[in-house]
Amino acid sequence: MTSPLLQVENLQVAFSTRHGIVTALHGIDIALEGGETLGIVGESGSGKSVTSLAVMRLLDRAGRITGGRVRFEGRDITRAGHADLRRLRGSALSMIFQNPRAALNPIRTVEQQIVDVLAAHGRLSRATARTQALDLLRAVLIRDPEARLLAYPHELSGGMCQRVMIAMAIACEPALLIADEPTTGLDVTTQQTVMELLARIKADRGMAMILITHDLGLAARWCDRIAVMEAGRVVEHGPTEALFEAPAHAYTRRLVAASPTRRSTLADLAPDSPPVVTLPRVHAAGTPPLLELVRVAKSFGGPSRAVDDVSFHIPQGGALGLVGESGSGKSTLSRLICRLLDPDDGDIVFDGESIARVPAREFHHSPRRRDIQIVFQDPNDSLNPRHTAFDSIAYPLRRLERLRDGEVLRTRVREAAGRAGLPMELLERFPHQLSGGQKARVGIARAIAPRPRLLVLDEPTAALDVSVQAVILQLLDRLRREDGIGMLFVSHDLNVVRMLCDDLVVLQAGQVVEAGPSQEVFQRPQAAYTRTLLDAVPYFDPQRRSAFRPAALGH
Amino acid sequence: MSEAALIGRSGTGRHIAYVLRSNPVTALAAFGTLLLVLVAVFAPALVPYDPVASNVPHALEPPSRTHWAGTDQLGRDILSRIIFATRLDLMIAVSAVSISFAVGAVIGGFCGYRGGRLDRWVGRFVDVLMAFPLFVLAMALVAALGNRVENIVIATAVINLPFYIRFARAEVNVRRNAGWVEAARACGDSHLSVVLRVLLPNVLPAMAVQISLNLGWAILNAAGLSFIGLGVTAPTPEWGIMVAEGARFITTGKWWLVALPGLALMMTVLCFNLLGDGLRDILDPRMRT
Repeated sequence: MTSPLLQVENLQVAFSTRHGIVTALHGIDIALEGGETLGIVGESGSGKSVTSLAVMRLLDRAGRITGGRVRFEGRDITRAGHADLRRLRGSALSMIFQNPRAALNPIRTVEQQIVDVLAAHGRLSRATARTQALDLLRAVLIRDPEARLLAYPHELSGGMCQRVMIAMAIACEPALLIADEPTTGLDVTTQQTVMELLARIKADRGMAMILITHDLGLAARWCDRIAVMEAGRVVEHGPTEALFEAPAHAYTRRLVAASPTRRSTLADLAPDSPPVVTLPRVHAAGTPPLLELVRVAKSFGGPSRAVDDVSFHIPQGGALGLVGESGSGKSTLSRLICRLLDPDDGDIVFDGESIARVPAREFHHSPRRRDIQIVFQDPNDSLNPRHTAFDSIAYPLRRLERLRDGEVLRTRVREAAGRAGLPMELLERFPHQLSGGQKARVGIARAIAPRPRLLVLDEPTAALDVSVQAVILQLLDRLRREDGIGMLFVSHDLNVVRMLCDDLVVLQAGQVVEAGPSQEVFQRPQAAYTRTLLDAVPYFDPQRRSAFRPAALGH
Repeated sequence: MSEAALIGRSGTGRHIAYVLRSNPVTALAAFGTLLLVLVAVFAPALVPYDPVASNVPHALEPPSRTHWAGTDQLGRDILSRIIFATRLDLMIAVSAVSISFAVGAVIGGFCGYRGGRLDRWVGRFVDVLMAFPLFVLAMALVAALGNRVENIVIATAVINLPFYIRFARAEVNVRRNAGWVEAARACGDSHLSVVLRVLLPNVLPAMAVQISLNLGWAILNAAGLSFIGLGVTAPTPEWGIMVAEGARFITTGKWWLVALPGLALMMTVLCFNLLGDGLRDILDPRMRT
């Protein structure tokens, strides 16, 4: 019997920190045959990335393999020397990192960087190296590869950077490619093409692949086998279909439940939360809409407008989803509505009152300031690092309602934190002491503290784990139904928007390409762009996989 | 006082204790600085003799039991003069650095936040200022404004200003697009209060290092100006003047006139420089884990 390509036996890794030794992996067993794709799924902090770094022997100085073995092609590489490892890395084992832009050297051209990799593993003349680099760019299907050779990373889009990373990773024909969240941070349509490309290259070259992801939809679609990790342990592993259709471990079941499918509702995602009490909507016949945009336009001096002639409205207590890829103008639009930016043209009407006439730099005097609040995309970046959670939530109350320190302020902060599901004992912590989900809750508590009537949510769940996303979505839905807060939900993920919003607006290059009730748009999309977006959404569906087997891509 | 602030404060005490324990050099520097401040405050109670009273019969005596640091050419007790000089030198350094920090941080903060034409104009002005040999500029300022202590403060503040403007500008500039800055505006802050209440406090830890290093530099600068006869005038005890006056006697072997005030100057500058790094660790909440 031949040994598998990669065999990880009882691998243990520990990190030494200011607070002593922290064990990151408690004995991991993984085996991988040549040509196979293994998915490692789990939430942040579960040890997925540490596993891949340990296999590559790329742990930083604080991290140490404390036990177990990693065998590659039957050889134990756990204690291999630096020279052996250098030979192995790139040519036999290769890796793609999460953020392609950060992983490329910003001051060297694409050609130089690919040639560096080739040169590290063999003597090549300049001309051959160049031809090989060009072939590699062709293999990763970059448009106009000759021109791209001379480009610097900042001249490429995120998707193209990831293609260049893939080209570098496969340059020396590795037997195993480790892809650590290769599509996180890319647009859904780009995610789709990058994954198709990876699957194709893998099939063409007979590589094995480890796909590390928090996205079960992605894993279900592209992997032969899945290992589920939680807190440094593999809690369950097996063939993809069997594992996802009948998950045995409670943690897997929770992950599967939290991953949105085509048909799931918010209640499906986090089943154990209390039922939402929907308040009857008080709708007098003549009430104006909560927010109305009339032919709003904004340009930043470029050749095209960032937001071009956009009109829509949100009824009182309604929820509208604004969907589009990066660069579609959805973030600009949300800042226009929050009155952090001034529109060039058009009108923004809030509750019958035009608010576009007050310039953005004067808007903090407006009584409408507290009515419109925003929750930002990246919870890691949206909290003042010098403020505790308490101070962050108290900030709008101190500034907008002129509340002084005292019982009233404390009560209001506790109330907002409670609504956002933030445990009270976390209020004294600084942002760096909170997890991503907790920071997201602080961000939401801060936005709802001044009791706004419209909440603008700028991709509030994009940076969160699925289980956290499910809880946050449910929380937002509860705020809308119980407190009657109107919402504008900005996202690139149609499937998430569908569950939360009554209506949908699809934005492309600053223009509205489609608008209508969510269910209708979702089931019968009219615009071609909407269909592209819908096809690319990696919603979780174990049965859908077979149609997208890499083998089906041409063998 | 909010409960968060109360909790924050006890946490701060623990954190400072942690930083000092894990970094003995910082602890030493902090102790030295504290000692300097105490000496300056209680100078009148500490000195054995009147620092300006001359006693010619005992002129140029080497260190002894009655005069621990010896006496100078007029028979004044050098130890008393060194102690009194702490007051003046610290006062000059602290007020000069405070002025350049306050003015520089605000100007630099606004330039970094707004960018555009204001930023370009201030940037060029700073470049012009930095193109001068700074000590010569300080000399020219004191000479033009008049030979007084407050003019030394102003001159020292002016030559330090460009560094604070540049530093604050760069630090604010990298943070101006952060989510929490936009969030502050949504919470009802004007552009003005975003800079003053939100951005500058975040820049403070990085600037603390600069301030501490600068205090040492400002003392050297003040001493240098006095040494060449600008600023502080003769009978006033000041380290720079004492070194200048003592320099005449060093060829005849009267080393204590120069060495002891020089040593005081050196130790003070060293303390401030060492304190800088520790301060950053203490002031940055992200270092608390």
